[in-house]
Amino acid sequence: MRSAMLDTTLRLADPDAFYEALIDMHRDLDNTESQLVNAKLILLLSNQIGDMDVLREAMSMARSGVAASVAASTASV
Amino acid sequence: MTMAIDFQTLTFDYRRSSDQDGHQDAPSPLHPVVVIGAGPVGLATAIDLAQQGTPVVLLDDDHTLSSGSRAICFAKRTLEIFDRLGCGDPMVEKGVSWNVGKVFLQNELLYAFDLLPEADHARPAFINLQQYYVEGYLAERARELPLLDVRWRNKVTGMTQSNECVSLQIDTPDGPYTLRASYVVAADGARSPVRALMHLDAHGRTFKDRFLIADVRMKADFPTERWFWFDPPFHPNQSVLLHRQPDNVWRIDFQLGWDADPILEKAPERVIPRVRALLGPDVEFELEWVSVYTFRCQRMDKFRHGRVLFAGDSAHGVSPFGARGANSGVQDADNLGWKLKWVIDGDAPDALLDTYASEREAAADENIRHSTRSTDFITPKSEVSRVFRDAALRLAKDCAFARRIVNSGRLSTASVLHDSPLNTPDHDAFHCALVPGAVAADAPVFFAGRNGWFLQRMGSSFAGVLFGESSEALSALKDLRPQMRLVLIVPAGSDVKSREGVEVLEDVKGLLAQRFDAHPGTFYLLRPDQHVAMRARRLDPHVVREALNRATCALNETQPV
Repeated sequence: MRSAMLDTTLRLADPDAFYEALIDMHRDLDNTESQLVNAKLILLLSNQIGDMDVLREAMSMARSGVAASVAASTASV
Repeated sequence: MTMAIDFQTLTFDYRRSSDQDGHQDAPSPLHPVVVIGAGPVGLATAIDLAQQGTPVVLLDDDHTLSSGSRAICFAKRTLEIFDRLGCGDPMVEKGVSWNVGKVFLQNELLYAFDLLPEADHARPAFINLQQYYVEGYLAERARELPLLDVRWRNKVTGMTQSNECVSLQIDTPDGPYTLRASYVVAADGARSPVRALMHLDAHGRTFKDRFLIADVRMKADFPTERWFWFDPPFHPNQSVLLHRQPDNVWRIDFQLGWDADPILEKAPERVIPRVRALLGPDVEFELEWVSVYTFRCQRMDKFRHGRVLFAGDSAHGVSPFGARGANSGVQDADNLGWKLKWVIDGDAPDALLDTYASEREAAADENIRHSTRSTDFITPKSEVSRVFRDAALRLAKDCAFARRIVNSGRLSTASVLHDSPLNTPDHDAFHCALVPGAVAADAPVFFAGRNGWFLQRMGSSFAGVLFGESSEALSALKDLRPQMRLVLIVPAGSDVKSREGVEVLEDVKGLLAQRFDAHPGTFYLLRPDQHVAMRARRLDPHVVREALNRATCALNETQPV
């Protein structure tokens, strides 16, 4: 198996300040606007990361526990 | 042995004071300090002053201690301050010591944390102790101090201040009288009557959420840990906190939401089923104290208004998550006591009291920031905020980083006074967590044939602390005594003995040198409240004198210390 490349240890110097800024980013937005802002943020960060293996791993982890994995669902098509 | 005092029912007698016998034409005597409010903060301030030789009058409009357990978590730093005030031991003996917290999502343990991962500190990260015990032990300590005049059932009804003094109108069972003081400390709580009398206000955020405290008495085998649930099956979509207190009392704090009816929710027929849902059908318990509360994160713009200094809840308010209310108030007292003494004794200019305000305003901002962030995590204010919170919770079991984002309260630690004008910035390189403005680290020491703790040897004066085996360099500071005690920290096994004017402490485990990043010759100047004022790799008496003057605002005075 390929070794994990996604780093899930703490890399943020101040996680509380990050979280506050993240929530502040959504101040006064309605749900649709918030979804759009979140999507833009993910695209910006993905481009910054730039490594497709890392991104795939993050996508898989984000989806895990929420629904069947992408691989399983596409296999059935 | 005598029976333990029941601090919940204890009442204190009103006694007429000589100030009440003054004639209208003769001005009443001028007291150096009057402290208003005999809660933890007012008692701590008054004890600090009285035990250092400053006469102090402490007023309280009531004659009982805290009703209900109220503040129950007392932090390591607060216990170190209580040690200095001479009442740390009974608190820690009675209190329930704890270091570990656990966070649950629904039924599942997400993670555990240890607040004191390092051994060899005198005090635990926290004790839980009902506020009436804390006030009771402080009141017992106060009674030992002849310079502390506690006046129960003395209610402040009016106040005026001039350049010279503050005049207080006091109401008592014997009628009114006037009390004059050079300085007044208003430690009269969140609804501060003094603040209202002065037409001052506190500004901040009110949180639209209600919480239920149910203190229950029961025999239970939960461990002595802080347990916090997000969305537990027994109280869905809300949070719950479980915490142990002495006397088999357990604090259970249920989030209720803004729409909850504060009167109805206090009724036992509402409370008991909530507790039963947590404990299961077989656990016998009785309700000890019930309270429904909301809170504001707020502070006064300025903690100093002329000769009146605000401390504790009167000056600032936080959410309960993080136990930053009473703990930060006791740190206010710790910061204020020595400064008032230095100013009243004429050893420092009045400007030193401005630094009480600036240092503790910065500390209040830090406490408000932490408690606001915790509250925003626990009680999301928008749909997207709830989604992010739930995402962080769901990642937390597998991802270490997410555990640091989950926020069930960032628990009180001592404020680091980073930007204080009293600090002398480092000129030498140090590699340790300790910085100028931080509280000195604790460690075990050996002295006079017995084991003890560094912080408990520091007393209430400045301390010049030299590491090494020769106290010779300290002799250049001898004329600064008694305002500065001189301490030599020798390595384990050294046979250097204490002598006239220099106390020798053996660094038995080498931890003091490690925590202070000290080599032979390293010198630290500690303030009376044990914060680091300056440090250097070698002791230069000129630099130390200047640092002492800076730390007492005497730098620009014509008559330096």
